[in-house]
Amino acid sequence: MKRYSVFAIAREALRYHQGWEKAWRAPAPKPAYDAIIIGAGGHGLATAYYLGKNYGITNVAILEKGWLGGGNTGRNTTIIRSNYLQDPSAAIYNKALSLYEDLSQDLNYNVMFSPRGLLMLAQTHHEVRGYLRTVHANNLQGVKTEWIGPEKVKELVPIINIDGPRYPVLGALYQARGGTARHDAVAWGYARACSAMGMDIIQQCEVTGVRSENGQVTGVETTKGFIGTRKLGIVVAGHSGQVADMAGFRLPVESLALQALVSEPIKPCMDVVVMANTVHGYMSQSDKGEMVIGGGTDGFNNFTQRGSFHHIEETLRALVETFPMISRLKMLRQWGGIVDMTGDRSPIISKTPLGNCFINCGWGTGGFKAIPGSGWAMAELMAKGEPGPLAAEFNMWRFREGQFIDESVAAGVAH
Amino acid sequence: MLILECPYCGVKAEETELSPGGEAHLKRFGPGSTGEEFEAYMFARKNPKGVHFERWRHAYGCGKWFLAARCTATLEVFGTYSAQTTEPPAEIVEKIKAKRPDWKGTK
Repeated sequence: MKRYSVFAIAREALRYHQGWEKAWRAPAPKPAYDAIIIGAGGHGLATAYYLGKNYGITNVAILEKGWLGGGNTGRNTTIIRSNYLQDPSAAIYNKALSLYEDLSQDLNYNVMFSPRGLLMLAQTHHEVRGYLRTVHANNLQGVKTEWIGPEKVKELVPIINIDGPRYPVLGALYQARGGTARHDAVAWGYARACSAMGMDIIQQCEVTGVRSENGQVTGVETTKGFIGTRKLGIVVAGHSGQVADMAGFRLPVESLALQALVSEPIKPCMDVVVMANTVHGYMSQSDKGEMVIGGGTDGFNNFTQRGSFHHIEETLRALVETFPMISRLKMLRQWGGIVDMTGDRSPIISKTPLGNCFINCGWGTGGFKAIPGSGWAMAELMAKGEPGPLAAEFNMWRFREGQFIDESVAAGVAH
Repeated sequence: MLILECPYCGVKAEETELSPGGEAHLKRFGPGSTGEEFEAYMFARKNPKGVHFERWRHAYGCGKWFLAARCTATLEVFGTYSAQTTEPPAEIVEKIKAKRPDWKGTK
């Protein structure tokens, strides 16, 4: 792999940019690998990358039904933060945030990480109390967040209306290290780095069955034939239940549609990320100038990657009160992704009933921000066969034991 | 937009009039059950990509709970029926089989 650098740009500028090579190869599958990862989204590619980087396992295939980064990795609102209430969540999301901070250098690929700061608005007295509690918890966890009053919110976000009749802004939880990154670039950067290590990213290759003997996976049936493996990682988000079913076990996961939308591009007007959880509205401004808006999930099981219109309507209605200047903005595009929700709204990074099969799922509505940390923890689990400290508490048996990592209570909403 | 006919009041209600209530026909487990049974009842869900039986409440209408058979892959609705039952009625199962010959039934 040729490294990207200022010299590479200069060199290519002198020869009509004819020398750029493809970012990753498109190989045919080999008969067998040391490890197969199902799902070439952010989490699957990050898992493969850290398997190679941290553990030297590079005889790896990443199988993808569609195209890489085409699922939720390409459908989120790109928010990155680590201000979670529960300790295990704060640990893994903060690991992810730390990795994001120098990911561009690590991957030699500009993921456009922008630590522009992130606000979670408190618009009810319940939320004020909840966020004060989170600030204290974060300080104990070593995650730097602070509570700020409405005047400071107005100073950071001049376009905000802090005196709305229904949802006044009473303050906010502020994480200055939070921000956004270019979501496609995260997938592409990891893919390029994996391919450079000799890993095979096989797109348009749907897994149709999991073959196992004596409680051990021997390989997967795919639309491109049988591929053998010594270890299997399932990292498929919304379709986790379907793949787990092929492997013969059940997950405490349900699949729902989550929508996002962007406005027409406008001049820079907001240089922080604002989340308003009471009204289910999240907004930031992309580098192109579009206002990127996320809302809540639909309430019913859905695999169609489209959501109900009334959710968008509710989100925009509330955001228009909080940001009156967006009332005449035209919304350009809207889309949905299928998120896998667990009972406690925390992920699963776990061993499974099959000895050499591991699963990483359940990231629900908050997976993008976790990609590097999730891949780091999943790679450790796959390489060693046992979870490390980041993943240990996210095992799939916590539901039987009642040891929840209850972020649904902590956030009060999808997060 | 999702439209379900309430089997109690007969109103063809659209989604904003209804509250979703998750998977239907769950077998309840009480005190004395094993950890596995509690876990299955509380958290394990079929979550099929295809035919799904689920609970809905006509929240902004008659207020009653009812059940619906719906396809999660296409959002097609096969029918709605009373909640006073432990399994889908035969006519609903027939309708589903007519439209989904590959359907393997409730697991």
